[in-house]
Amino acid sequence: MAGRAQPGLSRFNVTALALGLGFLYLPIVILVIYSFNASRLVTVWGGWSLRWYVEFFNDQAMLAASWMSLRVAAASATAATVLGTLAAIALSRGARFKGRTLFSGMLYAPLVMPEVITGLSLLLLFVAINVERGFWTVTVAHTTLTMCFVTVVVQSRLNSLDRSLEEAAMDLGCSPVRAFLSASLPLIAPSIAAGWMLAFTLSLDDLVIASFTTGPGSATLPIRIYSEIRLGVKPEVNAICTLFIGLITLLIVSASLASKISSARGDNAARA
Amino acid sequence: MPGSTLLHIDGVEKRFGGFVAVDGLSLEVKAGEFFALLGPSGCGKTTLLRMLAGFETPDCGRILLDGTDIAGVLPHRRPVNMMFQSYALFPHLNVSDNIAFGLKRAGMARDEIATRVAEMIALGRLEGLERRKPNQLSGGQQQRVALARALALRPRLLLLDEPLGALDKKLRDSTQRELMDLQRRLGTSFIIVTHDQDEAMTMADRIGVMNHGRLVQVATPRQLYEQPASRWVAEFVGDVNIFEGRIERREDQRLVIACHNTGAIVAAAPRQSLAGEAVCVAIRPEKMKLSRQGPAEAAIQAGAINRLEGTVSNLGYLGDISSYGIALDAGATLRVSVTNTARVDVDDFRPGERVVVWFEPDDCVVLDP
Repeated sequence: MAGRAQPGLSRFNVTALALGLGFLYLPIVILVIYSFNASRLVTVWGGWSLRWYVEFFNDQAMLAASWMSLRVAAASATAATVLGTLAAIALSRGARFKGRTLFSGMLYAPLVMPEVITGLSLLLLFVAINVERGFWTVTVAHTTLTMCFVTVVVQSRLNSLDRSLEEAAMDLGCSPVRAFLSASLPLIAPSIAAGWMLAFTLSLDDLVIASFTTGPGSATLPIRIYSEIRLGVKPEVNAICTLFIGLITLLIVSASLASKISSARGDNAARA
Repeated sequence: MPGSTLLHIDGVEKRFGGFVAVDGLSLEVKAGEFFALLGPSGCGKTTLLRMLAGFETPDCGRILLDGTDIAGVLPHRRPVNMMFQSYALFPHLNVSDNIAFGLKRAGMARDEIATRVAEMIALGRLEGLERRKPNQLSGGQQQRVALARALALRPRLLLLDEPLGALDKKLRDSTQRELMDLQRRLGTSFIIVTHDQDEAMTMADRIGVMNHGRLVQVATPRQLYEQPASRWVAEFVGDVNIFEGRIERREDQRLVIACHNTGAIVAAAPRQSLAGEAVCVAIRPEKMKLSRQGPAEAAIQAGAINRLEGTVSNLGYLGDISSYGIALDAGATLRVSVTNTARVDVDDFRPGERVVVWFEPDDCVVLDP
């Protein structure tokens, strides 16, 4: 829409905005700057250098941990998105079955459950059924953790959708499943994508559950970094973090650009 | 075949838990008819419409469309389309794609779809808006897209759920006329659900008034207004004055009714009636005349005119008419409306003024209390 009036920013707003953004981003900016530090000491500035990036790309253990983390995040986010979306559909569209409130409450339990408990209980489960701990156990554990986030995001969108859209699709010749796919799915797609990204970042970030459920030789990046830091902070960690911040920024920017472009297409069509 | 029965609803019932939404309802709608379902909210009219569309399945009874029972048929297999109250336009599709949606599902050829969409665009006066998304349209335009989309498949029967509910008054009036024109032109049967009686009266050939899941009366707008089947219908449709009383005696074609707080009222007697039976007399505000003197004595003597005396208690000036509240000497209060036929020198009555209200027996409707 063209010509929407922008409210002017008062001095108070500018100050509040600056303080808020500073609080959020100053640590990150410092981390990024220090990742280009030539010095071996984390807190002493020794001039610009890409030394720690080179170090990281030569550090096989760290690379393996990063690759493990990315694979776990992608796999568990995908599984959590599929399961979480299905749960959201069941909860918002399914017939009102007995115990529905209990079911939805239980689904959200992982949101508030301390991670230590989730991690420990999963560990006990994996030990009890005697599976080899590694990539798959961490992936399953992360799916358990992140699925409810996806459900929350998707369900809130589904509930705000006009039910008559699907009815209109059925009225115009779609079977119930087809009606959902052609009328509702395009509208909840952005929230499904948002749910996936949320799950991806949560999994990438998780230390506690991963430590409980992983096995020897398959450490995720947070586990690896944490164990390194116990021996003293190496500036290499800053470089890794910078790379991951870059990756996540790229994901978020591209997602928001994609939605901008699709809405801009609509606007152009209106002007034509 | 205009005049033949298109839809036959036979003893249809629908319960939600313990609540009976539609209660053993039967109705016939003719091909090419514009039928309105009118009723207060919660009377079951929307449930009935949703059963016709296939979104609800009746618990018992049959819904025959052209003689085939469609009660259990899924919505997408019915030659019936619906226009939704919220319009339910697909927000991710533009106007053309919204209209083409059903045609694509029906497996129509590409060029045929293009022709039909162009036809519907013209029908809905939507030229130039083909590429717009629904959120870039005004309410009136959205309404026309919804209508065009529902008509694109050329249904035998179009269901409209409060189609004008979201429009403002001016737009509603012009859209009512457009809908009527369109319906006559296409010859499609329309069933419209509304709680707005003006809308139903203006557009429909026949109106079915519903209350508590039942049809209380099915009649033309004129019959509904002038010959309501019950006190409830009389009070629901339009304004009415109701006087309760007992039949005193029958004189030829006249009934003399002793009303509790107006005195005797003489009414035309089309129905069987017993002396002493409790009844009520209904009379519309515009059927009464208001004056300072009243009619000639001779007419009253002949029993041809009812004459009641009272005082003006309040008045409302509505432009086209003035509505007076009259407190009768006998105790009743009633409402009389007078058409303002002249712009100046209006002989209006002021509050506190003594007046005579008179009306003819033929304008009274005698109903069960």
